[in-house]
Amino acid sequence: MQVSMTVNGGEVSGDVEARTLLVHFIRENLHLTGTHVGCESGYCGACTVILDSKPVKSCSMLAVQAEGSSITTIEGLASNGELHPVQEGFWERHGLQCGFCTPGMIMSSVALLEENDNPSEAEIRHSIEGNLCRCTGYHNIVKAVEYAGAKVRGEEPPPPDWEEGS
Amino acid sequence: MTIGVFGTSVKRTEDPALIRGQGLFVDDIKRDNEAAAAFVRSPFAHAKITSIDKSAAEALPGVQAVYTADDVRSLGPLLAQVPIGKLRPLLADGVVKHVGEAVAMVVADNAATARDGADAVFVDYDPLKVVVDPEYAATNEALVHDDLESNIIHTWEEGDAEAVQALADREDTVVTSVKMVNQRLIPTAIEPRGVLAEWQHGYDRVTLHSTTQQPHAVAGALALTFGLPGVSSARVIAPEVGGGFGRGLNVYAEEMLAVFASRELGRPVRWIETRSEASKSTTHGRGWAATATIVSEPDGNFLAYSLVGVADMGAYSQNFSVAIPVLGQFTMPGQYKWDAIYWKMDCVHTHTPTVDAYRGAGRPETSFYVERAVDTAARDLGMDPIELRKKNFFQPEDFPAATLIGMSMDSGDYGGNLDVLVEKADIAGLRAMQETARAEGRYFGVGIATFVEACGLAPSGFADAGVSWAGYGLPSAFNESAVVRVHPDASVTVVTGTGPTGQGHETVWSQIASDRLGIPMERITVVHGDTKDTPMGIGTGGSRSAAVGGVAVAIAADRTKEKAAKVAAHLLEASEEDIVFADNGAHVAGSPDKNVPWTDIAATAYQPHKMPEGMEAGLDMTAFFDPSNLTWPYGSHVAVVEVDPETGDVELLKYVAVDDCGNIINPMIVGGQLHGGITQGIGQALLEAAVFDDEGTLITSTLTDYPIPTATDVPSFDLHKTTTPTDANPLGVKGIGEAGTIVSTPTIVNAVVDALSPLGIKHIEMPLRPRRVWEAMQEARA
Ligand code: FES
Ligand code: FES
Repeated sequence: MQVSMTVNGGEVSGDVEARTLLVHFIRENLHLTGTHVGCESGYCGACTVILDSKPVKSCSMLAVQAEGSSITTIEGLASNGELHPVQEGFWERHGLQCGFCTPGMIMSSVALLEENDNPSEAEIRHSIEGNLCRCTGYHNIVKAVEYAGAKVRGEEPPPPDWEEGS
Repeated sequence: MTIGVFGTSVKRTEDPALIRGQGLFVDDIKRDNEAAAAFVRSPFAHAKITSIDKSAAEALPGVQAVYTADDVRSLGPLLAQVPIGKLRPLLADGVVKHVGEAVAMVVADNAATARDGADAVFVDYDPLKVVVDPEYAATNEALVHDDLESNIIHTWEEGDAEAVQALADREDTVVTSVKMVNQRLIPTAIEPRGVLAEWQHGYDRVTLHSTTQQPHAVAGALALTFGLPGVSSARVIAPEVGGGFGRGLNVYAEEMLAVFASRELGRPVRWIETRSEASKSTTHGRGWAATATIVSEPDGNFLAYSLVGVADMGAYSQNFSVAIPVLGQFTMPGQYKWDAIYWKMDCVHTHTPTVDAYRGAGRPETSFYVERAVDTAARDLGMDPIELRKKNFFQPEDFPAATLIGMSMDSGDYGGNLDVLVEKADIAGLRAMQETARAEGRYFGVGIATFVEACGLAPSGFADAGVSWAGYGLPSAFNESAVVRVHPDASVTVVTGTGPTGQGHETVWSQIASDRLGIPMERITVVHGDTKDTPMGIGTGGSRSAAVGGVAVAIAADRTKEKAAKVAAHLLEASEEDIVFADNGAHVAGSPDKNVPWTDIAATAYQPHKMPEGMEAGLDMTAFFDPSNLTWPYGSHVAVVEVDPETGDVELLKYVAVDDCGNIINPMIVGGQLHGGITQGIGQALLEAAVFDDEGTLITSTLTDYPIPTATDVPSFDLHKTTTPTDANPLGVKGIGEAGTIVSTPTIVNAVVDALSPLGIKHIEMPLRPRRVWEAMQEARA
């Protein structure tokens, strides 16, 4: 079957089986391997992309269901080489370790800040509840999103909470 | 220009690719003409295989081959580093011994077809008696493997049972005894395990990409399994790996089988596990049932401690298996001085997936037992748990401290560390809050646990105790290697034998090299996880990377610098003793204007005619570091919880930690290791358990049934430190990868039991999910 959609601002189309999941279309047909597969069952959130302004788990829908939609993946976030504030926040505040959950985590956080650029800690935690991370304990992910929120609002981000020195 | 300095939170060099989605994990590396493998796995825990019909699968368009034990029997069982107990056949041979055991492998043109093929293989089974419970297994009433005489494949024993008993029998002593389960866990890294195997016909060499923490061991196993001329013909690459936690500290059947299929079919073969496969074919962790007993004098003076129980190994021994409990033995006495000690752990086979290393590996188990027992003793003695601990700790003047288990702990001020926690967490204030809460009928708990762990594996003498890489044909002890190569343009390659899975070794190792050489981090590249480049690497596990691998980098950098100093001295017409490296160059001590940039030094070092007479070209040094002792990080943690009296729901309100991991290279990364580790330990305390039914079926094989902590299950953490360097290595670093996981589990359980102590509750088995807590409350109230 033919599918067409807009991905990261460009028109794409491809030939897929009816059962092909959106995440596999993105990874295999479009070679955008930044979107990860952690469970293929809608639980881990590693496959999160933004579809028509909403975060969706791309393993939980078929490629054909995304026909005509507009999708942003992790690869489409930076513009002209400039990191998105959320990407910058993850780097500045050590929001990732192995980096496997990170693309999905970043996409969910981007979607949150688009709706609410000044979320509380509880709101941040709630909005990434569907994204599992086994490495970071979420502490620095929360700090990364707080950092990004400040950037989006044009404010000075809060300082890091680690203590320097050996 | 960033000169990496000790104790600074340099941002990670790993991150730019990962935050852009450009990091390459196994499943992101594609090859032309690749095929995909899928496995037919047993639905029975113990059964005879009466027939396998592969004809329907073979007939499916796109299926290339279906392999069974007949095809791979000659390759032998899966090799193990500690080959005690039953080794795993690559594919089940006539009988299956656990749910999820691989029975057949289907290889097809793509993954979907391979899975269709696996569904079309029909296997007939004749179910046999199942042994699931490790304590039942230890009775030997039914055998897991009928060709083994006993289900007990190894017993660790140390100390003096009679001496402990004599003290317990004394009339004036108080005996506290608790039987507890440290339940079986599933590591659950977010990236599934995966491999990409490429046999190169004509050369008879193999390249394997794998989600491993120890590429060299896998290469050794491939060389032996496939009769290669040697390990140099097997190249194993761990690219970006999405989490380790011990699950990658193994050699797996799927690694061997994918290589086999690639050899047979002449095509690259990929296999990526599904999440439910991961729960059964990847190693599990923990799985102990044991009784901890403390004998004390009425004033709280500890006399004796014993820990006796069984450790579940699952159906087959893999990489470490029986060696995991002995890592726990090292820290079994905790931070306390005893007059007598006894430890005995029976390692048993059951009809379940293999148990092996999981973050902390043995040390979380023994720390859990001793810290829960100490809290229980405090209650029995009517003493404050903090005072009781401090009364019995090793004191600063005791170090190096010899324990009755035969270890020598390097350095510590346990009481001082706990004092910092008391102050930072305002324990007095928390106790006051608790009093108020209790007066209102609320269940508010303050739980403390302290720990010491044994890290930095290991002085090479440990290899004589059976833990060496020899099981893979690589006679080598637990030292670690590094190469520091300054190129002619003064950029640097650091090659390490460690196998990071998110710990930031690229950043920290370049920080170390930059600190030593005075070359900016931007000019340093760290290469890891590729056996082609590394002299010999043991890998990452047991919080050893900084304390062994990082130190090797420092030594190799120093050696390179020593040679560079000769070249610089020649260029500056100075004496080599006076050469100081800084700011991307070298200068003469005391005269910063007599300087030469690194680019000139490096360029000269590759042109013999410009070098000092008789000196050989090149700036490339290797080091192997063999530590003089294990390292002994320690710390004190407190959790504050409130238990809902109606539902049993545990709310974690606050978590404060004071850790001492010796000198710190990058505080940001140390903090991250603690956050993640603490969260994993909280997962064990509150949420996670691998549960089998009586038939041996794993009933927690999805992430819904096996919930790991989400962002709403944990609070932000309040971290503090004390610093007691070790003398086991020249950097004074101790290791931090497992600390959080080791201590947070008993911290949380101590807090919940403290909350419920007005009901007389002394212990609840983990995980403390609402239903279990509610049931304990109901029982206590009745
Ligand atoms: S891969 Fe989509 S939610 Fe896990
Ligand atoms: S950074 Fe490893 S799973 Fe999140």
